[in-house]
Amino acid sequence: MPKKELDTFSVSYLSILDEDGNVDKDLEPKLKKPELIELYRQMVWARRTDERMLKLQRQGRIGTFGPSTGQEAAQCAVAFAMKKQDWFAGAFREHGVRLLRGETLTRQLLYYNGQEEGNINEGAANPRNLPISVIVGAQPLHAVGLAYAMRLQGETETCAVTFMGDGATSEGDFHEAMNFAAVWNLPVLFVVQNNQWAISVPRSKQTKSATIAQKAIAYGMPGIQVDGNDALAVYAAASEALDRGRRGEGPTLIEAVTYRLMMHTTADDQYKYRTKEEEELWWRRDPLVRFRGYLEAKKIWSEKDQEALEEEYKAEIEKQVKAFEEMSGWKPDAPFDHVFGTKHERIEAQRREFLAETAKEAARG
Amino acid sequence: MAKLNMVQAINLALDEMMAEDPSVIVLGEDVGVDGGVFRVTEGLIEKYGEARVIDTPLAESAIIGTAIGMALAGLKPVGEMQFCGFSYIMIPQLEGHGSRYRSRTHGQFHVPLVMRVPYGGGVRALEHHSESREASLGHFPGVKVVIPSGPRNARSLMRAAILDPDPVVYMEPKRSYRAFKEDVPETPETVEIGKAQVIQEGTDVTVIAWGAMMHTTKKAVEEIRQARGASIELIDLLTISPMDTETICASVRKTGRLAVVQEAPLSFGPASEIIATVNDHALMHLEAPVKRVCGYDVVTPYFGRENLYMPTVGRARRGIEEVLDF
Ligand SMILES: Cc1ncc(C[n+]2csc(CCOP(=O)(O)OP(=O)(O)O)c2C)c(N)n1
Ligand SMILES: [Mg+2]
Repeated sequence: MPKKELDTFSVSYLSILDEDGNVDKDLEPKLKKPELIELYRQMVWARRTDERMLKLQRQGRIGTFGPSTGQEAAQCAVAFAMKKQDWFAGAFREHGVRLLRGETLTRQLLYYNGQEEGNINEGAANPRNLPISVIVGAQPLHAVGLAYAMRLQGETETCAVTFMGDGATSEGDFHEAMNFAAVWNLPVLFVVQNNQWAISVPRSKQTKSATIAQKAIAYGMPGIQVDGNDALAVYAAASEALDRGRRGEGPTLIEAVTYRLMMHTTADDQYKYRTKEEEELWWRRDPLVRFRGYLEAKKIWSEKDQEALEEEYKAEIEKQVKAFEEMSGWKPDAPFDHVFGTKHERIEAQRREFLAETAKEAARG
Repeated sequence: MAKLNMVQAINLALDEMMAEDPSVIVLGEDVGVDGGVFRVTEGLIEKYGEARVIDTPLAESAIIGTAIGMALAGLKPVGEMQFCGFSYIMIPQLEGHGSRYRSRTHGQFHVPLVMRVPYGGGVRALEHHSESREASLGHFPGVKVVIPSGPRNARSLMRAAILDPDPVVYMEPKRSYRAFKEDVPETPETVEIGKAQVIQEGTDVTVIAWGAMMHTTKKAVEEIRQARGASIELIDLLTISPMDTETICASVRKTGRLAVVQEAPLSFGPASEIIATVNDHALMHLEAPVKRVCGYDVVTPYFGRENLYMPTVGRARRGIEEVLDF
């Protein structure tokens, strides 16, 4: 019997605003002027705060930190397409998503200063943002569970969006999450920020697949590769995926091709494994520069607007850094409060010992 | 004799073993071109090539799972879990298979692999980068767990771990990586896995510690000696499992008193196992209750509070003096 072809597959790549500023008019999302400006402002806010955090780390004012610079379009344009009620289950490099969804620089600084208080979302921040997940590849499964719960509870208009890196796609949990989401036909959006590196390991050593997007096909869901430095393409792909989810048509995988312009974290030296030339190539694809050019071509943004924005952000950053540095009064035994939701004498006895020992340590000097 | 820190000493042991035995290979995340995030495997890929020093995709279960296969077929893989906090992903493979091939086949197969696991607090790192989980790993029959405390025993223990015919989890106290240097002899020394080491003899009290706590405990012991001239017997546990009953109990029979310093949470830890062991074999020699100076049963706090939660020189000293004064 001759072999017969059962199926054939293809993967597509979406780019709307290219490196040279050309726009595909047919694909251009129908965003209004204030929306375009708001998206741009959010991307600049993500960049400026990221730069400031890097400086603060270098001055010893916060601890280890992994910059997002270069990935603003991949992050902010997805967050911009999300609705407030959507869940966000991120990894550790979605600074832009967190800020856009209401988290403050102050809270981020607290987190990177080694305080769980930085994970608490209060006030304007979205209570449907899960905290940073450092364990690579774990949180996509949580997104699947969140989406399942939403459907069971009748919130059919709510999606769960989960982010991970190219490295994370090698973990078993990633594949299990994709499989469950597809089998259960859930409104989950998987966003892989393919920033070309997982610490020192290049994308080529991470997977033999020609694209990460095509991994979706094996699980029975659509996958698309987008230019992750093109805010319009990311926005269009995310909007379409979220609409599908809300219509009950199941999960989607978006591979956003982008680049980690800085070190993995401040503890890393990226020149052990890659060149400055490679970085320069990607600096030329800076998503901020590209999007600003688009706004300027539309005559809705000018040098003057930019200057005003920079002034505004400078002041706002100062304010938030100051607020962070003035915070005090941390309860030393807070970890005992939050081991369990119930009180247990075995833990309380250790709390008493802890407090007594801490006092003796202070006396010892 | 060269003065090395612990990173250099482990690197030396890996280098020596790879040079001596072509079946020794290294695998893990960022262990090749980058030389490991702590630089423990620095220079090995240049010397031994990509086939023997493997930058793997990012998957802990796959690192140990493939290492088990390699070991079954006669290689001696030394895998790395980048941090202890990510080592739980290896447990299904370690507990389910690595620890069992020998007993499952009554010895036809065995799994001579080493898993390196940097662990412990005090380095101002992000979440999951500070835990001490030797108790969890030590609880699996068929798995050996060892912890060096300084450059010299780091080198000899790594050698022993690679030569060992069974799975060895080699936990590296990362706070001690670059904290101090020691003379490391020219010719390799080998220690026996399963043996603790009496590093200072004494008659008034036995004190046991391991890993980074050894350094803290040594300082406490020295303070007590200066303050009151007590004669303290100090033991470096070195192997968590299988634990050295002989050395522990012989010392307690001599001193009649015991204190244990452990960074890991109090409950179900090696300190508890040490006390149970003394209870089984030397209870009637005890003149005072045994003191445990341990971490607390809380989720390891982020680094803003972490130092308050780690046993300090002061706490170790107070604990030991409590036993002396009983
Ligand atoms: C399970 C697990 N293993 C290892 C690590 C250490 N680690 C942190 S980030 C990272 C690389 C992640 O690469 P990628 O998923 O591409 O994300 P990126 O850092 O590029 O944003 C590694 C190995 C971890 N945090 N979790
Ligand atoms: Mg990456």
